[in-house]
Amino acid sequence: MTTIEISCVEVWREISEYVDADVSAELRVRMEAHFKVCAHCSAVLDGMRNVVGLVADGRLFQTPEGFNKRLYSKVNPSE
Amino acid sequence: MVRLSHFMNNPLKQLDSNEADLISRVCKGEHKAFEELVRPYERLVYVTAISVLRNPADAEEVAQEAVLKAFSKLSSFRAECKFSTWLVQITYNEARMKLRKDRRHLYESVDDPRQDKEGDYWPKDFADWRPIPSELLENEQVREALQNAINSLNDMYREVVNLRDIQNLSIKDTATVLGIPETSVKTRLRRARLLLRDALAPGIDGLWHTGHPYQKVRPW
Repeated sequence: MTTIEISCVEVWREISEYVDADVSAELRVRMEAHFKVCAHCSAVLDGMRNVVGLVADGRLFQTPEGFNKRLYSKVNPSE
Repeated sequence: MVRLSHFMNNPLKQLDSNEADLISRVCKGEHKAFEELVRPYERLVYVTAISVLRNPADAEEVAQEAVLKAFSKLSSFRAECKFSTWLVQITYNEARMKLRKDRRHLYESVDDPRQDKEGDYWPKDFADWRPIPSELLENEQVREALQNAINSLNDMYREVVNLRDIQNLSIKDTATVLGIPETSVKTRLRRARLLLRDALAPGIDGLWHTGHPYQKVRPW
């Protein structure tokens, strides 16, 4: 089967959805073929995966100490 | 009074039985059940507020207001979305209201249409990245670099990153909270991720500056 080539610009347009595994099987195959031969797009993909992985980590934004207790202070003003 | 059957008899309602039970108990006057209902989403509420306001004190104040509002409006919750999505939506609206109020004296609108540019954005930096181990987030400087990069995004991009990537909401739920089409969520997300990548690449440790040769300083 012949894989239809895809340009860098087309790859960038779809790369976020590719990271989310939200592209069609056909498009995924075309993008993966492109990543194999394009160092720039591979670098963009690796960088985006890094960013998405780090941002999703719970350690990035931590609640202040005592936040959980104070959160209900207006619901239960007497406590 | 809200009955459990109100939520459970309709297959379209997006609520698990435990949450439906807790909501029913709160509406019957058992106020303590409200904390049990909200507890799994406490961090979600805080992160939503801080992503809009970028200030811990304001975020905490808004989080408390949002929880109070959720409590007082709980009987009107019809489970047309998940409880967590509803709670995030209330928090998001409260945070936006505070931002609008605080910015009023600056003659600046958070709904400034000039910010609503959703055109294409292409990557600027093609430096090779190695996988970054998440243990690096134990390092305060790395956390700060990431937080600063997120805070440097325009409101519309920061909010999408917050809901989708930080809080792991689905595209559909993100669209519900923001009141925008799913296609707009995807477009903003793509742009936000590329902007973040360019802001952080390749020196996530902050020792790399545009216009100067990159000096390899990463500890890995």
